[in-house]
Amino acid sequence: MQVKIKEFQSSLTRKIDEISGTNVMKCYQCGKCSAGCPVVDHMDLLPNQIIRMAQIGKIDELSNSNTPWVCAACLTCTVRCPRGIKIAEVMEAIREITLRPRNGVRHLEVNPQEAAHLPPIALISAYRKVAN
Amino acid sequence: MQIAYYPGCTLKNKATNFEEATHLALNQFGVKLDELEHWNCCGTVFSFTTDNVIYHLAPIRNLIRSREKGAIKLLTLCSMCFNTLKRAHRLFLEEDDKREKINNIMDHEKVKYDGKTEVVHLLEVLKHDIGFDTIKSKCKQRLKGMKFAAYYGCMLVRPEGVGIDDMEEPRIFEDLIDLTGAETVNFPHKTECCGSYQTVTWPDVVADRTHTIISSAHSLDADAVIVSCPLCAFNLDQRQKNTVEKYTHFEPVPVLYISELLCLALGINLKTQWKDLHYVPLDKLERKLR
Repeated sequence: MQVKIKEFQSSLTRKIDEISGTNVMKCYQCGKCSAGCPVVDHMDLLPNQIIRMAQIGKIDELSNSNTPWVCAACLTCTVRCPRGIKIAEVMEAIREITLRPRNGVRHLEVNPQEAAHLPPIALISAYRKVAN
Repeated sequence: MQIAYYPGCTLKNKATNFEEATHLALNQFGVKLDELEHWNCCGTVFSFTTDNVIYHLAPIRNLIRSREKGAIKLLTLCSMCFNTLKRAHRLFLEEDDKREKINNIMDHEKVKYDGKTEVVHLLEVLKHDIGFDTIKSKCKQRLKGMKFAAYYGCMLVRPEGVGIDDMEEPRIFEDLIDLTGAETVNFPHKTECCGSYQTVTWPDVVADRTHTIISSAHSLDADAVIVSCPLCAFNLDQRQKNTVEKYTHFEPVPVLYISELLCLALGINLKTQWKDLHYVPLDKLERKLR
């Protein structure tokens, strides 16, 4: 992977920091977030890799990764980070950055037969987190 | 004693057993749930974005409703409602610019939120308002010899300051179950996420979570996993159907709401309409009762 110096701490990094209310440059890749993540098996990039991508402003890798969408916002990563980085909040910031320009239309695949059996709490939180 | 009560969406349809069992259990201690006359969905999740306050209006609106009632304490049963309402309340108190913005957007509300409502969860009310000693004195020892795995999930214990107990090693749930005469297992997955809203688009993710969590409870000989959130209940109970399809040797374990367990401890049998809402049958568990 080639990284240009100007991509470090780029406007993307600043945008992620602002929306999430954290500072991704503090991360030293200890991996505690990935170690504690309950849904990590289904992610293509590990949470700590997402933070690294955010540090070096890799918008393509962040946009194409399923990681921010698999995230269940359980906050285990955020509360365990030794540097106090809000990783779950960074995931939400990346979702927002992806959703906002497209007017928040993201197709949610719900099996119509299943939808009737899902508790409202599941439907509402899914739409809140992965749609805008 | 009356306590202002916020049910949230799911307690009125898929989790009526949780609400009804709570009414009956709290009745034994002279506590009456006083439901807010008007309430709206709390939003289910707290928005993490720092630049958009629109998501905080729904929970704040419910807090206004509680103050209109003159309540300074608002009880929730659902862990997600608890977390969302409490975090919205704290944001309102701590962030001046956001509070001003929220008040301006909600200018049609006759009264501004004054920040005085304490959002509490059922477990906190049981411990601090009723008292564990009082609860123990009324337990009928029907659960002696049974083992339970207390499952907190995420929203009861995280983030720090919002959670009702220690984030990594909470004890409040186990302490409550212990005084019913039952035994609580040392459950390593007790604060691990059930998969939450991923149950909508990725039930496979939840099937895996349920496999991990329930298998652990099974290996510890738990008679049931005890929960306090309708989404945890759905994921850990109903989704066992998906889990057993994927993992053929998976052994089911029933899932009970804390209020249903309390009812049993207090000598109140589980109602048929409650049992109908459960996926994993409860008859094996009921046969073990004294």
